[in-house]
Amino acid sequence: MEQIELTYPAKRKIPKRAHVGVVGSGDMEVLLEPAEGAVAHVFIRTSVDGFGASWKAVLDRFFAKYDGAARIQINDAGGTPGIAQLRLEQAVEVSEQ
Amino acid sequence: MTDKRYGANFIHRQSFIELDARERATALIDAGTSRELLGPFERVESPWLAMQGVTPQEDDGCVVMKGKIAGQAAVVIALEGAFQGGSMGEVSGEKMTAALDLAYADSKKGTPTSAVILLETGGVRLQEANLGLAVIAELLGSILLLRKYAPVICLSAGMVGCFGGMSLAAGLASYVVMTREARLGLNGPEVIEQENGIDEFDSSDHALVWAIDGGEQRFATGLIDALVEDDTPQVVEAIRRFVGEGVPTVHRSSQVTLYRSRIGALDTSRQWDPKELRTLWTAKSATEGKQ
Repeated sequence: MEQIELTYPAKRKIPKRAHVGVVGSGDMEVLLEPAEGAVAHVFIRTSVDGFGASWKAVLDRFFAKYDGAARIQINDAGGTPGIAQLRLEQAVEVSEQ
Repeated sequence: MTDKRYGANFIHRQSFIELDARERATALIDAGTSRELLGPFERVESPWLAMQGVTPQEDDGCVVMKGKIAGQAAVVIALEGAFQGGSMGEVSGEKMTAALDLAYADSKKGTPTSAVILLETGGVRLQEANLGLAVIAELLGSILLLRKYAPVICLSAGMVGCFGGMSLAAGLASYVVMTREARLGLNGPEVIEQENGIDEFDSSDHALVWAIDGGEQRFATGLIDALVEDDTPQVVEAIRRFVGEGVPTVHRSSQVTLYRSRIGALDTSRQWDPKELRTLWTAKSATEGKQ
C-alpha cells in the first residue's frame, strides 16, 4: 500500500461533505469534506504501488475545474484513472446537491 | 417450473443485489427516519489492515443504521460484501456487537428494537484472525440476548452469500430471508473442496453449489423463513413483515430434537440428492416445533 498527499489552491467554501464508493476490487471510496482556508488537501491510500504520477495527473485534471476548499480522502483498491475521475466527480455532485 | 422472474415485470425490478451496504440499509428503513451510527467520517477503521498493506475502508465494511421499520424501532447492520469479501474484523464485528447490545438495552427498557443483519460475508477476516473469531463469538452472544426481546432478522441477498462463522449468526436468527442468488452454508464450497478434495465438492460446479447452498434449496428444506426475488420492494416487504411478527414462539436453533432426528434418520451410506432432501425435509416439518 502506498500513501500519496497532494495540495491544490481553492477559491470557495463547499456546502457539505460527501461519501461515495466502496474499497472493492477495481474501485475506491472518496470522502470529501469542507476544509478551512484557500486550499484543498488530497490524501490517497492505494493498494497498488508505483502509480504516483498517474494519481497526480488525475488530480491535476480534476482540480483544473474544481475550486472547492476540501479535504479529500481516497481509499483505493486498484481502481483505474477513469474510475478515480468518475468517483471524484460523483463526490462533488453529492456535495453540491 | 415457469420462472416468473423473467416475466413482463423483470425489467422494472429494482435490484437489491446491485445496492451497496449503505443503500441497502437505507432502503430497508422507513423514509426520513434513518440515521447512520459511526459512519465513514468518524473514521473508525481497522488498525490492522494498513500494517499488512491492505487499504482500509473508513467504516470497516459495516454500516449501522438506526431508524424505524414499519413504524417500529429498528437497527440495520449491513456488511459490505465488496470490501474484503464482507469479512468480520475487530472493528466491523465490534460495531455489529455494540449495535445489537444497544438494541437489547432499548428493548429491555420498553422499546422493542428489532435488528436486521445483512449478511454478505465469508466469516472471519483472515488478516485479523483471532480478533475476528473473538468478535463473532461476542456478537452471537448479543444475538441470543436480543432475540428474547425483539426479532433478529438475517437477510442474505447475494452475491457473496453467508459462510463461515457468520452462518452461525443466521442460524441463531429469529428469521432468515434469502434470494435465489444468495448462498448460505457453514463451510464455503472452496473450503470444502480444499479440505476434502474435488470429489467431495466441486466448487466450480455452480449448479451443484446453488443446488445445495442456494436460497431456493434452503427455503425448500425449511432452513429459512422467506425466499424473495432480487427486487427491493419485495425485500423491504419481507423485512417489514418479520418485524411485525415479533419474537417467534420457538427459535429455529432451539429445535434441537427436530434437527437431530432429521440427521439421525438419514442413511449416510449413500449420496443424497438435494431434490430428495426437499421431500424429506419440507418447509412444513421445520415449523412443527414452532406451532
